[in-house]
Amino acid sequence: MVEFWDIYLLPALIIVGKILLIVVPLLVAVAYLTLYERKVMAVMQLRKGPNVVGPFGLLQPIADGVKLFFKETVVPTGANKVLFLLAPMVTFILSLIAWAVIPFDEGMVLANINVGGLYLFAISSLGVYGIIVAGWASNSRYPFLGALRSAAQMVSYEVSIGFVIVTVLLCAGTLNLSGIVMSQKGDLGLLNWWFVPLFPMFIIFFVSILAETNRHPFDLPEAEAELVAGYQTEYSSMAFALFFLGEYANMILMSAICTILFLGGWLPPADWAIFTWIPGIIWFGIKIAVLLFVFIWVRATLPRYRYDQLMRLGWKVFLPFSLLWVVVTAGFLVYFDKVPA
Amino acid sequence: MSFIDKQARSLLLAEIVTGLATTFRYMFKTKATINYPYEKGPLSPRFRGEHVLRRYPNGEERCIACKLCEAACPALAITIEAEPREDGSRRTTRYDIDMTKCIYCGFCQEACPVDAIVQGPNFEFATETREELFYDKKKLLDNGDRWEQEIVQNLVADAPYR
Amino acid sequence: MIISTIAFYLFAALTIASAFMVISAKNPVHSVLYLILAFFNSAALFVLLGAEFLAMILIVVYVGAVAVLFLFVVMMLDINFAELRQGFLQYLPIGGLVGIILLIELILVVSGWVLTPDAIKIGMETAPLVSNLTNTEQLGQVIYTQYAYLFQIAGMILLVAMIGAIVLTNRKRPGVRKQNIARQVYRRPEESMAVRKVEPGQGV
Repeated sequence: MVEFWDIYLLPALIIVGKILLIVVPLLVAVAYLTLYERKVMAVMQLRKGPNVVGPFGLLQPIADGVKLFFKETVVPTGANKVLFLLAPMVTFILSLIAWAVIPFDEGMVLANINVGGLYLFAISSLGVYGIIVAGWASNSRYPFLGALRSAAQMVSYEVSIGFVIVTVLLCAGTLNLSGIVMSQKGDLGLLNWWFVPLFPMFIIFFVSILAETNRHPFDLPEAEAELVAGYQTEYSSMAFALFFLGEYANMILMSAICTILFLGGWLPPADWAIFTWIPGIIWFGIKIAVLLFVFIWVRATLPRYRYDQLMRLGWKVFLPFSLLWVVVTAGFLVYFDKVPA
Repeated sequence: MSFIDKQARSLLLAEIVTGLATTFRYMFKTKATINYPYEKGPLSPRFRGEHVLRRYPNGEERCIACKLCEAACPALAITIEAEPREDGSRRTTRYDIDMTKCIYCGFCQEACPVDAIVQGPNFEFATETREELFYDKKKLLDNGDRWEQEIVQNLVADAPYR
Repeated sequence: MIISTIAFYLFAALTIASAFMVISAKNPVHSVLYLILAFFNSAALFVLLGAEFLAMILIVVYVGAVAVLFLFVVMMLDINFAELRQGFLQYLPIGGLVGIILLIELILVVSGWVLTPDAIKIGMETAPLVSNLTNTEQLGQVIYTQYAYLFQIAGMILLVAMIGAIVLTNRKRPGVRKQNIARQVYRRPEESMAVRKVEPGQGV
């Protein structure tokens, strides 16, 4: 019995504890991301944003959550009930399980697997299922159109994201995410991060993750002027909340991936004493927050793309360009004999 | 614009960067919003808000039950019934305004020969039930007593232009 | 050890069950979803074998791309599968016969195999590590170094197939007006607008 406790139960409990340690702060972060978004958008539009619930509106996300929680879950009569309720769960769970391989600091990672990059890519490519199943199961026109748009969009941008990841992997020489971060460590600090030598790929990656998370200016699946709320039209209450949480958790996740691939993960921008005193996880958080700010900034600035323009950008601009960069990078690395071991 | 110039601009996302710079600049401008329930924006003296029935300074109600407002109302929101009072003066026994029908056009106050029915400056009269919006004479007269000072000021301010 | 054995049988059973549901589900969309479940469980089996790269690739390629397209097509085409199945019993004898012949062939082939006693022991373990390389690197060496030319040829064949499909389905429609976005963006007022002074009653 003691053996059983030592071998199975104790490690399992420790892992559950670690998972909670990741998931709970993540959900709080998601809640406050909504407030962050509303505040930043408000400031850019010469407004003040929510400031009534709690000091500076800090309790607003909690009020919103409680409101959603107490609403009634409406399942349309024509809907496929099982799939209708499964879809938001899928979206939410997928946005959480990806965090298993994200390194927050040196050695601070739940599962330090060798194919971390691929794992993230696989999980993000699954995100489309929640949406497409939701659209189909709703048995309604707008959600279905939204789901089709979203599926086509996510599959398209997945391709260029894949090539961008390949470029970084070529330079880093490993699929392990901690390894990718460590490959950006150097004397130059900030200038050693991959976003400097691979700047065009950084831009392509950022734009692609905007499309991948269905954010402005690529939020066509939920373009309210055309499709009401897209795939979420028939959802209410907690089912809607799960979609919402999943979407925002995905934003944070994509920013985290971008940070790891291009912005040096937990590394400080320079090896100066003040910077190295701050723990790596704080640096990681700061970088994610900056990227999220850009997400919101872009939303406050750019008008929505037309659907054919979106597809054109994905297939006719990003795909050839990223493909070219993969070849150029590989050629450069081989020619100057800089292929990492 | 030359070919190279165009290509360079599109490659460097010049227009998007300009747009982003604009929104970033706007972050530091003074905010246009006011803190509404605590601060309120200025109202014109001609503002047409909640209806009131006014009284003369001696406490006598102004309305003489001429029913011109009822006739003028395009939304048919006003209902008036009238009878002579004990002292022989003509007064309303019933003066109802259905605030859910009212379109706040201001025709009633234009029609009134004695400035009895006036749309005051109050715009915060939301209620929890529909029934509370069916105003009767008592409610309207109470409103008149509450808002008299503001209404007089507004009428004085607007008088030169009438 | 026990846990991994339990996990193996769990995933294997789920794979077979969901594969069975793929062909027996009434609703084609459910079929595709069961197919995805089957892919997932096979990926889990790969992970149990220690082949995490293959597992991830299986999910990325089959679940992330191929099954999405399946789902797309099945959702868009409103096929009544119950109607298609009506003649099912009619073909059962012939279908069954072919199935039985295949089964006999398989049994004949498999019974010809001889396993060395060591093979079973090796099979119980995770994939043997030839060196310190991860299986991603090993796969890379096999595909991109050892068999690089074959890999290139396979790629060429796929490319030809793709181009062929495009050529066969592409049709040129005359009179299609296309938008030139760059031209629109760089159009300036002075190029497209002229201010004239018009005398009253004269017209332009």
